[in-house]
Amino acid sequence: MCGIIGVMDRRRQRMDGSAIKRALSMMNERGSGEGAGYVAYGVYPEYKDCYALHVFFDNTHETKRIVDTTLEQWGTIVHDERIPTYDQPGLRAIHIPWRYFFKPDPNRMSHSRSPEDDIVAQIVMRINTARKGALIYSSGKNVGVFKAAGWPEEVADFYRIEDYKGYIWLAHNRYPTNTPGWWGGAHPFNLLNWSVVHNGEITSYGTNRRHIESYGYQCTMFTDTEVVAYLFDHLVRKHGLDIDLAVRALAPPFWDDIDTMPEAREKLNRAIRLAYGPAMMNGPFAIVVANHDAMVGFTDRIKLRPLVVGECGDRLYISSEEAAIRAMEPNVERINMPPAGEPVIGRFVV
Amino acid sequence: MGKTVTIDAKGMHYTPLNKKIRQAVADGAGEIIIDNVLGQRFIGNGLRGDATIVVNGVPGGDLCMFMSGPTCIVHGNADHAPGNTMNAGKVIIHGSAGDAVAHSMRGGTVFVRGNIGYRGGIHMKQYDDKRPILVVGGNAQSFLGEYMAGGLLIVLGMDGSEYFGRGVGSGIHGGEIVIRGDVDGSRLGVGAKKLPLTEDDRQRIAPVIREFAGAFDLDPAELLNAEFTRIVPASARPFAGKYTWE
Repeated sequence: MCGIIGVMDRRRQRMDGSAIKRALSMMNERGSGEGAGYVAYGVYPEYKDCYALHVFFDNTHETKRIVDTTLEQWGTIVHDERIPTYDQPGLRAIHIPWRYFFKPDPNRMSHSRSPEDDIVAQIVMRINTARKGALIYSSGKNVGVFKAAGWPEEVADFYRIEDYKGYIWLAHNRYPTNTPGWWGGAHPFNLLNWSVVHNGEITSYGTNRRHIESYGYQCTMFTDTEVVAYLFDHLVRKHGLDIDLAVRALAPPFWDDIDTMPEAREKLNRAIRLAYGPAMMNGPFAIVVANHDAMVGFTDRIKLRPLVVGECGDRLYISSEEAAIRAMEPNVERINMPPAGEPVIGRFVV
Repeated sequence: MGKTVTIDAKGMHYTPLNKKIRQAVADGAGEIIIDNVLGQRFIGNGLRGDATIVVNGVPGGDLCMFMSGPTCIVHGNADHAPGNTMNAGKVIIHGSAGDAVAHSMRGGTVFVRGNIGYRGGIHMKQYDDKRPILVVGGNAQSFLGEYMAGGLLIVLGMDGSEYFGRGVGSGIHGGEIVIRGDVDGSRLGVGAKKLPLTEDDRQRIAPVIREFAGAFDLDPAELLNAEFTRIVPASARPFAGKYTWE
């Protein structure tokens, strides 16, 4: 059991983090104080052309050098600094959160169709698998993940989340069940511009992990959700699928439903299931993912976790509980519970 | 009837809120009005007696769990599992409700004016005179009456939509599900079969429909005459051959 919530403003009006902190705290019962986190899109306008790399350092005198050297090999560090944090009585500061604003040099991976993204993705995989006391947990442009092991309010106050503004926010309150709670295991999980929050467990993790690792992604966070971020990056950025087709690959319709579809739809759905069988996720899940183009919510095909959608003006809300949406927006106009496996996709109008 | 007690639940955690409700019942209150409810779980849990609790707002999950006797009226939507393992009493929800409504309910009544989520009436049961009733005014999502062991579940489809869920009565081995309109055979779960609603059945459910209409100030006439499909267990032990051999 975990609590998730996402909000987007379709006109890219930025919201500060105070409201989503309040909303996430409504669902404290869904967590155990062992992990909470937030991600905001549009959070670094002054460095919007740089990749914002958020790193957990075990300590900065030994481990930072490795990251500095790697980044300098592949591009330019435009600016780096310690992420401001504020001590909280209930939160033990295990790691030192740092951020780099980084410009990769595309000439260093000239064979790639998206050299800058590929450089950053492989730096993330390389640093994280080395396990040298540095973990890159956020690597997109103009996007930032803020997470730690603690309760939602503590983590929000540790980063003073209200000091950041974004046009999409996702937040997560963790109740770890199968693996220990730790800073890297808190959600959101991020790679490049993709961020994921998830309630449930992905029982197909082994299959999904083998599938995604065969394409060069490395799972290093000791928990299932990180594969979802890599799967979206792979399906949408690398294979060029639309977001709704990517969701269809991860949570496809049942075969007996496919059998009764009109021919064109039946063919498409059959092709996706056959092509992406090992990417299909099983088990109970409710997931919200985002990038700079959209926010998407979906559940497992037999709906073993809750997902509520609300709308108010330009704002779209997706959450585990209606009350959390109402904590952010008391005047929410439409509330509904989408059918299992059907993606709810919010796109920008500007 | 005792006095009316009003509680402002704004920003209040569910533990002090439930303590106040229990105290009011102990003090002999006949009606307890709770304003500004937002997300508080477990409201009215295990409560006995015959008080009426009015919830203004959107309560959290497991509303009236284990409740035995009182009436709870919600002016708003409810979250997951209202009426969870309820023993007696009434839950009347003027909005919609989440997944697993009336989860393992063993007695009493749950009326939902709007829609419900997945697995409504999961594992409802009955014993002697204990026969729980769940009535949904709108529609219900899939796996309605999953593992149902007893009681009565009615979906009135008042929003005009046909039943669209899958796996209705999956693993049902007791009780009955009555759904307005036809339910395609492909929508039935394993262990469920459908039957036409007989005139006797119609007479039997009429008082329940009248009570539902009365709770929401609706005209029952159209509902009483509507076409219904009745879904019951295909056998008393649908999985007898699955795990054991005789």
